Amino acid sequence: MQRYNALSVLWGGLTGQKNWQPVWGRPQPKSAYDVIIVGGGGHGLATAYYLAKVHKVRRVAVIEKGWLGGGNAGRNTTIVRSNYGIEGNTEFYEHSLKLWENLSHELNYNVMFSQRAHVNLVFSPGHRDMTARKYNIMRLNGIDGEYWDRDTLRRRIPHLDFEGRFPPLGAYVQPRAGTARHDAVNWGFARAATALGVDIIQGCEVTGFVREDGAIVGVEAVQGGREYTIRAEKVGLAVAGHTSVLAHKAGLGKLPIETHKLQAYVSEPIKPFLDCVLVYGGVGHFYISQSDKGGMVYGGHLDMYPSYAQRGNLPIYEDVAACCMAVLPALGRVKLLRQWAGVMDMSMDGSPFITITDIPGLYLNAGWCYGGFKATPGSGYCFAHTIAHDAPHWANARLTLSRYREGRLIDEETTGPTPKLH
Amino acid sequence: MLRIPCPFCGPRDHAEFSYEGDASVTYPPLDAPEEAWFEAVFLRENPRGPAEELWHHLYGCRAHLIVERDTLTHEITGARFANPAIRAALSGGEA
Amino acid sequence: MSGYRLREGGTVDRARPLRFDWDGLTLTGLAGDTLASALLANGVRVVGRSFKYHRPRGVMSAGPEEGGAIVTTGRHARRVPNEKATGIELFDGLKAEGQNAWPGVRFDIGEVNDLLSRFFAAGFYYKTFMGPGRGTWAWMQFEKLIRRAAGMGTASRDPDPDHYDIAHDFCDLLVVGAGPAGLAAARLAAEEGLDVMLVEQDFGLGGRLIGSAETVEGRAAPEWLGAACKSLERVRVLKRATAFGLYDGNVVGVYQRLTDHLANPDPQAPRGVLRIVRPRRVLLATGAIERPVAFGNNDRPGVMLAGAMETYVNRFGVAPGSRAVVATCHDGAYPAALALARAGVSTTLLDAREVPPQQLAAEAEAEGVRLMAGFVPIEARGRRGVRALQIGRLTGRGGEARSERELGCDCVGVSGGWSPAVHLVSHRGPKPAWSDELACFLPGATPAGVALAGAARGIWQTDAVIANARAAAAEAVEALTSRRPKAAAPAASGGWEAPIRPLWEVTVEGLKLKSFVDPQHDVTTADVRQAAREGYASVEHMKRYTTLGMATDQGKVGNVIGLALLADALGQSVPETGLTTFRPPFTPVPIGAFAGRARGHHWQPERRTPMHDAQADAGAAFIDAGLWKRAWWHPAHPGEDLNTAYVREARMVRETCGMVDVTTLGKIAVQGPDAAEFLDRIYVNGFARLPVMKCRYGVNLRDDGVVMDDGVTWRLAEDEFLVTCTTANAAKMMAWFENLLAFRWPALRVHVASATDQWAGVAVAGPRARAALGRALAAGDVSNEGLPFMGIIHARLRVADGEIPVMVARISFSGELAFEVYAPAGFGPAMWAALIEAVRAEGGGPYGMEALGALRIEKGHVTGAELDGRTTLGDCGLGRMASKTKPYIGKALSGRPEMARPDRPQVAHFMPVTEGETFSIGAIVCREGEVRGHGIGWITGVTAAPALGGGWLGIGFVAGGPAAWEGKTVVIADPIRGRETRVRVASPHQFDPKGERMHA
Repeated sequence: MQRYNALSVLWGGLTGQKNWQPVWGRPQPKSAYDVIIVGGGGHGLATAYYLAKVHKVRRVAVIEKGWLGGGNAGRNTTIVRSNYGIEGNTEFYEHSLKLWENLSHELNYNVMFSQRAHVNLVFSPGHRDMTARKYNIMRLNGIDGEYWDRDTLRRRIPHLDFEGRFPPLGAYVQPRAGTARHDAVNWGFARAATALGVDIIQGCEVTGFVREDGAIVGVEAVQGGREYTIRAEKVGLAVAGHTSVLAHKAGLGKLPIETHKLQAYVSEPIKPFLDCVLVYGGVGHFYISQSDKGGMVYGGHLDMYPSYAQRGNLPIYEDVAACCMAVLPALGRVKLLRQWAGVMDMSMDGSPFITITDIPGLYLNAGWCYGGFKATPGSGYCFAHTIAHDAPHWANARLTLSRYREGRLIDEETTGPTPKLH
Repeated sequence: MLRIPCPFCGPRDHAEFSYEGDASVTYPPLDAPEEAWFEAVFLRENPRGPAEELWHHLYGCRAHLIVERDTLTHEITGARFANPAIRAALSGGEA
Repeated sequence: MSGYRLREGGTVDRARPLRFDWDGLTLTGLAGDTLASALLANGVRVVGRSFKYHRPRGVMSAGPEEGGAIVTTGRHARRVPNEKATGIELFDGLKAEGQNAWPGVRFDIGEVNDLLSRFFAAGFYYKTFMGPGRGTWAWMQFEKLIRRAAGMGTASRDPDPDHYDIAHDFCDLLVVGAGPAGLAAARLAAEEGLDVMLVEQDFGLGGRLIGSAETVEGRAAPEWLGAACKSLERVRVLKRATAFGLYDGNVVGVYQRLTDHLANPDPQAPRGVLRIVRPRRVLLATGAIERPVAFGNNDRPGVMLAGAMETYVNRFGVAPGSRAVVATCHDGAYPAALALARAGVSTTLLDAREVPPQQLAAEAEAEGVRLMAGFVPIEARGRRGVRALQIGRLTGRGGEARSERELGCDCVGVSGGWSPAVHLVSHRGPKPAWSDELACFLPGATPAGVALAGAARGIWQTDAVIANARAAAAEAVEALTSRRPKAAAPAASGGWEAPIRPLWEVTVEGLKLKSFVDPQHDVTTADVRQAAREGYASVEHMKRYTTLGMATDQGKVGNVIGLALLADALGQSVPETGLTTFRPPFTPVPIGAFAGRARGHHWQPERRTPMHDAQADAGAAFIDAGLWKRAWWHPAHPGEDLNTAYVREARMVRETCGMVDVTTLGKIAVQGPDAAEFLDRIYVNGFARLPVMKCRYGVNLRDDGVVMDDGVTWRLAEDEFLVTCTTANAAKMMAWFENLLAFRWPALRVHVASATDQWAGVAVAGPRARAALGRALAAGDVSNEGLPFMGIIHARLRVADGEIPVMVARISFSGELAFEVYAPAGFGPAMWAALIEAVRAEGGGPYGMEALGALRIEKGHVTGAELDGRTTLGDCGLGRMASKTKPYIGKALSGRPEMARPDRPQVAHFMPVTEGETFSIGAIVCREGEVRGHGIGWITGVTAAPALGGGWLGIGFVAGGPAAWEGKTVVIADPIRGRETRVRVASPHQFDPKGERMHA
C-alpha cells in the first residue's frame, strides 16, 4: 500500500497530484471466496480488513448493493464514545474505543478521530443521581468518566442556556470520546482491506443464498444486470437496517429487529462554536457537535415509525430544533443546511448482536440501532473473530441472539421490547 | 408528514399519532407457553414494503387504528379501527 | 471599470435612495435593490473570500445559487453569518460585512493559501496530520488550526433575540414559484374556484420577467406581469416565502421571512414564520437554475452567470461592467447579451457553436452585439476583478480548445445551460432523468398529487412555459372538481432554435488552468479528476472526497458540471454516473424557525397541581417531576435548607402528622362489566374479589416480564375502579390500557378514561393523622372500624364557605397511619386550606418530595427508582404478590432462565459500618476486595433516617438479596464522586416490620 504522510502530500503538490494510486479497484466478483461479507458499510469493511489482517484469511469479498460507505456509515452524526453501563456493552464499546484511538495509524488514513469529550447534560437531581450509576460502572471498568458541576459547565460552555425550562445542573463527561470523519473511516478500511487483497464489489446486490445440506455456501448476486453465483465457506451479514430482508432470504426468519429511520441535520458552516459533543437527554433528546468544516451536526429522536426510506420528516425536526434552542439558544439564526435519514436496525433491547447463527456458514452482525458508527472498528474486529473461529471474541461474548430467549437483556434505555424507544 | 386517514377524525398529521407496533402480530392467550409469547413479543417480520401497523390517535380521538402503510414509500392505503366492535358500530353494523 | 447604475431602466425606485453599511463603508442603493445589486451599482467587486484558498470573490449570480457574495449581516445577537447577498433585500441602515477573511475581504492575509493551493488538493487532509506519535494527540493539534481556518462566518454566542411562529396552512393547490408559470397557473386555478396559495422566495413577483423587455403572449412583459399580478386577488400570495421541502403526504415546508427586510421592525413581530402547508395538490413552478462553464480563473470577481447579468440590467438597472463578454453554448444566453447591449454595455457574445441560431444571431447583431461563433473562454485575467479574457476555439467534441487571443473586458457572463429546479420533487425520492437532447436533468416520476410546470420541466420559451402551466393548473382543477377547464395542450420540453452544445469545461493542452466547479468550496476540475483517478469513482464518493456540492448552495451551481466531468474521467455516460440526492431544505432555514414559540420557559409546558399556589405562597421549594412541579420541601422559616427541612418533615410525620400533595399520581377510571377481569389480566395480583369500597396495591409487568408500574386501585362499585399509577407512567399506562382494549382484548366490555386531572389528592400521614382528619371532616367516620386499612369512604370536608365532597382511602406509603383524601380538582385549594389547618392543629405540617422519599426508604417501599425497566418482581421483593392461580401479562416471559436466577440483585437496605459516613445514589455495590467490573448491586436511594437511629440509610440492590449478606459487609464504590464506603446489608423491612403503625 502506498504510504500517506506529509512527504507524499508535498510530493503530490509538486507533481500535480499525479502520484496517487487508486484506493480501491472495481473488481468483478470471482467464483469463490473464503468469506463473503454482505454489506460494504463501515462494519462490513472493517470485518473484511480484520479477517485479512488478523486472521490471515486470504480470499475475502465485500459485496455492496450501492456504493461503499453509503448507508448509515456515511450518514451518521459521527459520535464515538464508550459510555455504557451494562455488561456486554461496557467491554465491547471500550474495546472499540481503544481501536479508534490508533485507527488512523493502523489504516494509514486520517480518520480524524478527535477526542473532544462527550458531555451529557443532566437537569435534575434525580437525573444526575441515576446517571451516576453508569459513569461509576465505567470507572470501575477502567473507562474514563467524570462529572462537571454547573460552575464547571458554565466555564466550559458559557453559551448554554442556564435559565430555561429545564436548565442543566451539570454534566457527565467522557473525555476520551469525540467525533471522527465517517467517510474517512469507510475509505480507510476499504483502502487498507484492498491492499490486503480483499475484493470490494460495489453496485452488486445479493439476491439469494446458495445452500447445501442445510448450510449456506455462497450467495446469488446481480451486478450491472449480470447474475453471479459466488461460493464461499462463510457468509457474514452486516447490512444494518436491511438485515430482516436478507435474513428472510437466508432462511433465518424473523429477528428481534424493527427497521426505523433516524434523521441527522447539519447547519451551514460557522467558525468554532462548540468544542465537544453535547448531549441532552431528558424531556427532549438532542445531541450536537461541530464538524471540522464548521457545520453544526445534530440529531434527536427517531422518526418513530418503521421505514426503509432514507428521508426525514418535519415533526421530529421541530422537536429537535426546540431542544436545540433550549440548550444553545444562539443557534436560532444559524441555518439548517441539510436534513437526511438513515435506516436503523432497532433491536428489542437497544443493543446489537455479533454472532454465529443456527444456519451453518451464516454469521450475523446487526441490531446496532443508531449506535453503529462508534462500534465500527470493534464490530469489525469481533465479527471477524467470530467468523474466523466460529466463536465470539471476549468483547462480543454477550452480544448474542440467544439472550432474548434467556432473558438476559442489555437494555441501557430501560424501555423494554419497544424498538422505537431505544 | 404522513397524513393518516383516521376513520373518525379525517386525515390528520402523523404527529397526532403514536406508532404502536406491527399489527400483524397476534398475541397469544395469557396462559400460552413461553415460546408463543417469545415470538409475539420479540420477533418481527419487519417488512420492507406493505405493512399493517397499529397506530394510536393519541392527540385526536384516541382510537387505535390499523394502518396499511408501505415502509419503503410511506404510502398509506387505508386505516380502520383496530377494535372490530367500534368498526361495526360506526359503519352501521358491518365488522 | 466595474459595475455601475444605469441612467434608466429597472424596477428599482430611483426616488427612494437607501443608505447601507458595507464593511465599514457607507454606500447608497435604491429601494428594490438586493445587497448584491447595490454593491454592483457602487462598483464593489470583491465581496467575499473563498473557503479554502481565500480567493477574492464577487457577485456570481442573482439568486439562491450564489457562490461568491456570501456575507454576514446584522450586529451582536442579531448577527447572521453566511447570507447570500443576492437574497438580501436592501433597506435603510442595513449592515453587512465580508467574512472568512482577516483583516478584511479586500485584503486578506489568508490569500497566501492560494499560493499553496497545489498542496491543498482534494482530500489532502486524509493523508497527513496523523503524526508524530501514536494516538490522536497530533491530529488534535492540527485540527485546532484547521477548524479555525474553516467555518466561513461567525455566529453570535448570545441567544437569538427574535422569535418565530409556526403556522399550519391548508389549501386546494399550492403553487411554488411566482414566475410566469406560477402566476399563470395560480390565476387559472383561482378563477376556477380553487383555494390557491402561491409562494415565492423573492420579494418581487414575476421571476425573470421582472423588468424584462421580452414579449409575452403578444404583450410587453411588464404589461403581462402587471395584469397577472392584478388577477391574484383570490390567491393567497406569500412573498419572501421559500418552499424548502416537499415531505411525505405532499406536505410542504415553507419559511416566510417577515422582518429581515425592514429597517425598524416591530420588536414584537416574529422574524419569520414556518408554514406547514397541507395542500391537496402541489404545482412546482420553480423554474431552472443556470449553470456556468468551467474555465481558467472562472471565479474572478466580474465573472457571473449570464442570466444574472440580464437580471441586474433589467430588474435593477445595474450594469455589471462597461465591457462585457457573454460566453455560452446555447440559445438561452442571447437575451443577456441583448440586455447588456441595449443598456449601452459594449458586448461580445462567444457562442461555442460553429453555427449560431440564425434568428437570435441577427437580433443580437442588430443591437450591436459582437458575435463570435465557435469561440469559448479559456482564462480570465485580473486578480481582484476581471480585466481581460483569453479566448479560443474548440478543437474537439468535448471542451478541448486552442488558445487564440485576449479580449479586454471587465465582466464575463457565462452560461453552460439551464438545470430545471427539480429539488423539491426529488425530496420525495424520485430520481431526475437525464436528457441528452437538453443536456440537463428533467424531473422523473412525480408522486401522486404533485406536478411540475414551465422551466422546471425543461420548457425554455416563455409562451410555452405559460401554456404548460395553465395546462397543469387545469389538470389540478379537474382532479379536485371533476371539471376540466379549457387550456392549451401541455407544451413539450425544450424550445430553443438551435440545439445546445454541451460544454462543461474548456481545456487547452499544455496549459494549466485553475477552473472552479464549486466556487464556495474551492473545488476545481482538477480535484474532480483527481478523485476519479484515486478511485473515488462513485458520484457520492467524489462529492464527499472533494466536498463538491456540500457548500451552502448544496451544489446548485456545480453539481451537474462536476458530475459530467466525473463521467468523462471514467469514460461513462452521465446517467451511468448518477446524481447525488437533493435533500431539504432547498435553501438554508434558521434553526430557530423550526422551534417556533417553544423557547425558554415555553419549551415544555409546566404542570401545576390545583394546590400548587397554596404551597408556593407558603414558601415551598419545587422540583421538576416530568412536566410537573412538585413541592420539594416546605421551609419552616425562610432560608431553611433542603437537608434540614426534610429530616424535620420526616420526623414530624413519624411523631405527629404531615400532609403531602399527591395529585400528580396517574389516575385512570376503569369502568364496565368486565373491568375486574381486565385488571386481573394486567396486574400480577387479583382484583376480582376485591370488595367494593376497598383498595389494593397492585403491580403490573410488561409483556417481557419486567415490572412496568405499581399503584393502588380503588374499587368504587362492582363495575367501576379507579386505578392509580406512578406520576412518571401515567400517560404510558393509559395508552397501554387503551391498546389492550382495542387490539388484544376487544371483546372485553370495559371503558377507560384518564382521571388524573379530575382529582386533587392529599396524603395525610402520621400517628395524629386520624385526629387531624377528624377535625377537618364535616361528615365521615375515619375510625379503625369506620375506615379500616385499605378501606374507602365518601365523606364531606369542612371548608371556609361550606362543605365539599371528598373520598378518603386508608393507604400508607410512609408506613404510618395514613389517609389519602381526594376532592374534585376545582376544590383542591379549599381542601388544602382545610387540611393544613387541621394538620397544624395536631402539631403537624406539610411535607415535600424529599421527606416522602426519606419515609419510603425507611419503610422499604419501592418506587420508580427500583422499578427501573430492568427489574423483575422478585428483584423488587414483590415476588409473593404474584398470583399462582391466574395468568397475567408478562407471566409467560418472566420465567426465562436469566430472569428467575436466584443470584439476581434484589432490594436491600444499606447502612454504613462507620457511623456518619454516607454514600450516594448511583454508587455501585461491590464485594470487599473486588471493587471493579459491574459490581454486585447499586444504590437507588439514600436518606438520613431519623426513624432508624438517625444515621444514613440506603436502599438499593444486592446480588442474591439481603439474606445472602446477613452479617457481612460490602463496599459502596462511587469513583465519580470519589468515595468508597463500607456498609452492612439488611432487609429493607427494618422499620415497623409488622406494620403495626399503619394498621393502628
